[in-house]
Amino acid sequence: MLSRDTSTIIEWRSVSKRFGATIALDGVDLEVRPGEVVALLGANGAGKSTLAKIASGVLRPDSGAVVLEGQPATLTSPRAAREAGVAVVHQRTDQLGAPGLDVAHNLVLDQLCDGGHGWLARPSRIRARAAAMAAEIGLDLDLSADFSSLGPARRQLVAIARAVAADAKLLLLDEPTASLSAKEVATLFSLIDRLRSRGVGVLYISHRMADIGRIADRFVVLRNGRIAGEQVRPFDFKLAIRQMIGRDVETTAEPRPRGAPLARFEGLRLTPGSAPFDLELAAGEIVAVVGGLGAGKSRLLRTLYGLEPVVGGIITLGGAPWRPKNPAEAVANGVFLAGEDRWATSLMPAATPASDIAGTIALPHRKAWFPLGWVDAARERKAALGAIETLRIRCNGPADSLEKLSGGNQQKVVIGRWRAEPSRLLLLDEPFQGVDIGARRDLVESLRASRAEGATLVAVSDVEEALECADRVAVLRDHTIVALHEVDRGGVDAILNALSAIEDESTAEVSH
Amino acid sequence: MSAGSEAGAAREGRRPAAAILGRALRRHALFIVLALLVALFQSREPAFLSFNNLFSVLQSVAVVALLGVGVTVTLAVDGFDLSVGSIAAFSLMLSSYAMVVLGLGATTTVALALAAGALIGLVNGLLIVALRIPDLLATLGMMFLLGGLQLIPTGGRSITTGVALPDGAIARGAFDPNFLLIGRYKLWGLVPLPVVLVAIVALATWFLMERTRWGRVFYAVGGNETAAHYAGAPTKAYRVSAYVISGVFGALGGVFIAARIGRGDVFAGASLLLDSVAAALIGFAVLDRGHANVLGTVAGAIFVGVLLNGLTMLNVPYYTQDFVKGAVLVGALALTFGIGARR
Repeated sequence: MLSRDTSTIIEWRSVSKRFGATIALDGVDLEVRPGEVVALLGANGAGKSTLAKIASGVLRPDSGAVVLEGQPATLTSPRAAREAGVAVVHQRTDQLGAPGLDVAHNLVLDQLCDGGHGWLARPSRIRARAAAMAAEIGLDLDLSADFSSLGPARRQLVAIARAVAADAKLLLLDEPTASLSAKEVATLFSLIDRLRSRGVGVLYISHRMADIGRIADRFVVLRNGRIAGEQVRPFDFKLAIRQMIGRDVETTAEPRPRGAPLARFEGLRLTPGSAPFDLELAAGEIVAVVGGLGAGKSRLLRTLYGLEPVVGGIITLGGAPWRPKNPAEAVANGVFLAGEDRWATSLMPAATPASDIAGTIALPHRKAWFPLGWVDAARERKAALGAIETLRIRCNGPADSLEKLSGGNQQKVVIGRWRAEPSRLLLLDEPFQGVDIGARRDLVESLRASRAEGATLVAVSDVEEALECADRVAVLRDHTIVALHEVDRGGVDAILNALSAIEDESTAEVSH
Repeated sequence: MSAGSEAGAAREGRRPAAAILGRALRRHALFIVLALLVALFQSREPAFLSFNNLFSVLQSVAVVALLGVGVTVTLAVDGFDLSVGSIAAFSLMLSSYAMVVLGLGATTTVALALAAGALIGLVNGLLIVALRIPDLLATLGMMFLLGGLQLIPTGGRSITTGVALPDGAIARGAFDPNFLLIGRYKLWGLVPLPVVLVAIVALATWFLMERTRWGRVFYAVGGNETAAHYAGAPTKAYRVSAYVISGVFGALGGVFIAARIGRGDVFAGASLLLDSVAAALIGFAVLDRGHANVLGTVAGAIFVGVLLNGLTMLNVPYYTQDFVKGAVLVGALALTFGIGARR
């Protein structure tokens, strides 16, 4: 190996960044060498996106240094980063190009914006330049297709081609495979391989072990803003998962006696093609459902809430068959769902009447609380004050608009809504999305306290969150449960084994 | 986030008087301008503040306010009923046809008109909910359809006793005197019946929208339909009922006009749509609400009515009216969306 000082593309030296009381990055050292693919692993809130933003010039570190090809550098803006050779492909693929322009124009967009083509860009020249760019990296795309007609995979390829044409030395990919099919992933990876052979360094942010096993030369695990582990091939993913989660997790759950059976799924099938599975939920129990994108976590919760039909099998709730037609029937029977992505499924824009904390909490309980029809303001205010106190919602009062609250406090309002009335089955879909660690602890504490009557089903993609809140963890794959274990010393091992087995399997699928 | 709002509070704390005054001005802007206008008109024309004139203003805006309230309900579900003016015109022609041609009585005629309004609203709602046609387009289509349909039975003629029908027959019926009373009766010889009825309907709708859980759901469907559905609301039923309400109010407005003018005038409903939509949009600015609301709509209709009445008294030419309405609307929208908008 060459000496470090001359051969790194980019190097971060003890970089730290804090937001208020939260330390996002705490003395991180990391470097990327030419032709190297470095993966950055970490749970939600570990500091991955902060590091990415520092790399792309969006944020500046509080302390520490960025060294570009041996020279200290300050990246003051995304433009400065781009000119220094750092290209970023963001996760949100709708922001990767200009809809309304075709692929050719999108490929030469940087030059067009920089005025390199002069005022009147000749279509033939643009087309020729774009074709050359595409050929350079072996991109097989219809240059006349409109950007908005491209799927997420092709949008990423266009963005990468642009980055390469701008002579990028470092390519930063943020969760690039989050919405890609296996075939599209293979296309993306062969492109990354070609870039690697051209000496481009790649920083690859992901929490998918399968992708990392396929593409990375080395990976770094971030946890709570620090580097928790680093590996070169051959990778030990079980160790990596442990490093992502930390050691203290295994001791958080206390074994508790199982309550009376409350809900039972027998031969339940979520989709026509999926395998049936059984599951029994006990009163007072919290069961986490983990699994990757498309494993069927949301589908299971939505089925129980009357948003999706039961394809096969029987659900019983408190001994009686449960087949809700719609959410209204579910709510009336004490089955509550806090949907994924709170602004899409729970909250109203601030201009909507009664979109404040009190109104948000009251909306699903309106029939129970206002039986005669007229809104009892004192009643809903009381419920809001109760939620604010028990969940420690930081706000000025029940009349606060949700848009003024932090993500964690918004989520507390959503959870507070569903805890304002006793539930038989509480369904939480990704309840810790965009929630900081402090707020997450408050939420978990609230779920664990006062859970006597009902059962709780929590869908999360992050294992750490599952282990933190649940009594049992069910691992979902292809819309069926493939493993189910208690969260105790032996159980955590079994869960991690089941998860890494899935990751290994999908690694094998992708590489063949 | 919390640090930001604390900083914001500190900024407001530094200049509390100015901030509070600014907010109060914005909240009550329409009422303040209204008071100034009334004072101006009164100083120029002493008859302006007479009971007779005031009730004549209210009579002139009653139908616009009623239709505006219907539009408000559709705006609450994030829709828009462009057909409300045509529903009123259609109801006007239908009522006239029912009495003059079919010889029906007052009660049957009113029931028929309101049922037709409800049915048209239902069709609007189903076009939007079941066929997923965007609100504006569906109700635009309905607007044209009704505008044409009302001309067909009489071959484009206005309906009065003795009118010749397309098949050559002569209509022998007449307006039921009881029907005419709906538009012409004055309580205590002073207050026009339509004004009282519209006030009752508006008050009931205000209570529905502002004080009941059903109103909450109407607004929730408009704010975030998915979230409303997840919260257990039958969102499609609410969307359809908003158009049914708007249709019934439109039809009732048509009955009032028919009873007032006593003939099936083909052109009587021409400016209703724009006036009622303007009232609903001006209403956004009332009390700084920033969204469609019943009180604001009624206030908006009255505001425009007072302004036009005063200008007419001051001999400002009739043809400037649309310009004045437009200027008021633009000013109110600027107040809602531009000046001091924190949304």
